[in-house]
Amino acid sequence: MTGAAVSSEQAGSPRERPTTPSGADALGPKRLGARIQGAVIGDRIYSAAITLFALCVPALLILVAVEIFLGGWPALRRFGFSFLTSSAWDPVNGVFGAAPAIYGTLVSSAIALAIATPLAIGVALFLSEFAPQWLRQPVAFLVDLLAAVPSVVYGLWGVFVLLPVLRITVMPFLRDTLHLGVLPFFSGPAYGPSMLAAGLILSIMVLPYISSVSREVLLAVPRSQREAALALGATKWETIWGAVLPYAKSGIIGGVILGLGRALGETMAVTMLIGNRPQISASLFAPGYTMASLIANEFAEASGDLHLSALMAVGFVLFVITLIVNAIARWLVWQVSRAGGEKTA
Amino acid sequence: MHRRHRLVVASAIGSALPIALVLAACSGGGGDQKSGAGAPNGGSSTAGADLTGAGATFPYPIYSKWFSDYAAKTGVKINYQSIGSGGGIRQLTEGTVDFGASDAPMSDAELAKTKGPVLHVPTVMGAVVVTYNVPGVTQPLRLTGDVIANAFLGKITKWNDPRIAALNPGVTLPLTDVLVVHRSDGSGTTYIFSDYLTAVSPAWAKAPGRGKELQWPGGMGGKGNEGVAGQVKQTPGAIGYVELAYAKQNHLAYATVKNANGEFVVPTIESVTAAGAGAAATLPPNTDFRVSIVNAPGAGAYPISSFTYLLLNKTPTDAAKGKKLLDFVKWALSDGEQSAAALDYAPLPPAIVSRINARLDSLSVGATS
Repeated sequence: MTGAAVSSEQAGSPRERPTTPSGADALGPKRLGARIQGAVIGDRIYSAAITLFALCVPALLILVAVEIFLGGWPALRRFGFSFLTSSAWDPVNGVFGAAPAIYGTLVSSAIALAIATPLAIGVALFLSEFAPQWLRQPVAFLVDLLAAVPSVVYGLWGVFVLLPVLRITVMPFLRDTLHLGVLPFFSGPAYGPSMLAAGLILSIMVLPYISSVSREVLLAVPRSQREAALALGATKWETIWGAVLPYAKSGIIGGVILGLGRALGETMAVTMLIGNRPQISASLFAPGYTMASLIANEFAEASGDLHLSALMAVGFVLFVITLIVNAIARWLVWQVSRAGGEKTA
Repeated sequence: MHRRHRLVVASAIGSALPIALVLAACSGGGGDQKSGAGAPNGGSSTAGADLTGAGATFPYPIYSKWFSDYAAKTGVKINYQSIGSGGGIRQLTEGTVDFGASDAPMSDAELAKTKGPVLHVPTVMGAVVVTYNVPGVTQPLRLTGDVIANAFLGKITKWNDPRIAALNPGVTLPLTDVLVVHRSDGSGTTYIFSDYLTAVSPAWAKAPGRGKELQWPGGMGGKGNEGVAGQVKQTPGAIGYVELAYAKQNHLAYATVKNANGEFVVPTIESVTAAGAGAAATLPPNTDFRVSIVNAPGAGAYPISSFTYLLLNKTPTDAAKGKKLLDFVKWALSDGEQSAAALDYAPLPPAIVSRINARLDSLSVGATS
């Protein structure tokens, strides 16, 4: 890859340079040739170095993936497809199935996005469209600050503030007062540590990512878009809904995906709040487990090679799921921007 | 358009990276345990240390006191990384440390992988207590192994169950659901607790069994002693288990447990040492100390007790280091034991200490120098 990139440039540059009109006469053919030679060598070194840097990131990613895959291979080979579908996680007897952790990772992230996305877009819209100038910077700063709070601090806050509120107020309210207990999602005893608690803490943690990206994207929407809509007699609401948001759509989706990546991989705060029970339950009040917490909990004291390998395999599954989610997201963004392009054309 | 494109790319990379980093950190941790480099508790001071060790976190406070006292007395510096029993066993197996430390004895499978024979030296004793949050109950509850096992198996679901009430006459037990809280992280505490339940309950021995991590029949997991204690404190009806030292220091409520003699014993430093003395009487003469002392016989013995071990190479590659280590162990078993109780560890009973010393002499560890 590196060689191809360099040689194409090499072929391209001498053809272009001599065509510069006045430069050739002023310098004379010899000195010009030397300069071109020097420039070509410099270009080649520069381009090789940059290519190397660029390849570092994917190489690192592939290296990590390969390492995790090799580590997890014994467990994947032993349990095969049932590793993904079985709920048994029994280190004593050496039987491992990651289904509850996979389920928990996906569900807690879904809850987080369902809550955080509308909220974050609301924050971004307020900051870019409605907020008075003096309020914008402070609020934006505070929202961004949420991203700087360490995960364990969210976890502690969750244990001491969020869990009691959920157990004493929110869960009984949802289940009994609103009679949502008839649905399987809001049934069962309210202990506190639960899928709902993990989803809520994750929603707070991903909010700054989504809102920051969305705000940047909204601010990048050209004034002419808004002015055109207003000139046609649109209200503020119609301008935002019809002209601003469609223009910013693909960028906002990108922000949501960034948040999703954070939610899928978050470990500490989730471990402290999810209850760590490897069981699939429809109720959001029931404790659950995520892949990242499973690894964090059991890695240090993993007993036996198979156990260690099973944890590596969980890591690999998490890696693959993240890749799939990213691929879907890129496809979605591509679809949206293509549809947007056709509309404006 | 350019800006849009950049954002999407950034987001795609950004969303993959955190996970890659989590995994890299985890697998890096594994690598460290193999290579012995850059472990959490200051690998930097390793350079100046005469001896290095790694392992259990439970005895870390007493070990670090011993190491500093011993360094002040003899000038021998010992560096200890409290990375967990599993990591300690792995590092000893790889030969990257001079000694390991573990709460649970090494299994035969683990011993088969080491380069040479490994000696288990009990140092101090610890205990696991059953902590609970039962509204309206102020005095310590009385429990038996069978009742504890049934509660953790999910077969006792209410606190006013007749099996609990029968043990606690005169105590008004509420009609609260029993919520089990266990350790979510792999832990020697879980090993000792499940070792005890395996010993006293055939049903428990069959289903979850004994281990540092279990397939729990129900309940929820908290990370660390503090995670379990936090959830028990917050949730009415909760029952959990933590180390005795942690429970004492944090003033948790804990149960008295019926021992093999039929007495209800309060977990204290004395009753844990009594368990060690009770177990000593039943040890075969040539024991390697890889024994479980849960449900030990003897008057006043607290049944959920255990040794914590130093793991020594019987034939150290560096004989001078072996000698240094042996001297330290002998000092720890005599002078060191005096400072155990102040840090909420139970000292070994004299009967055990004399047997360990006899064994160390007869095996002549490091005597080649």
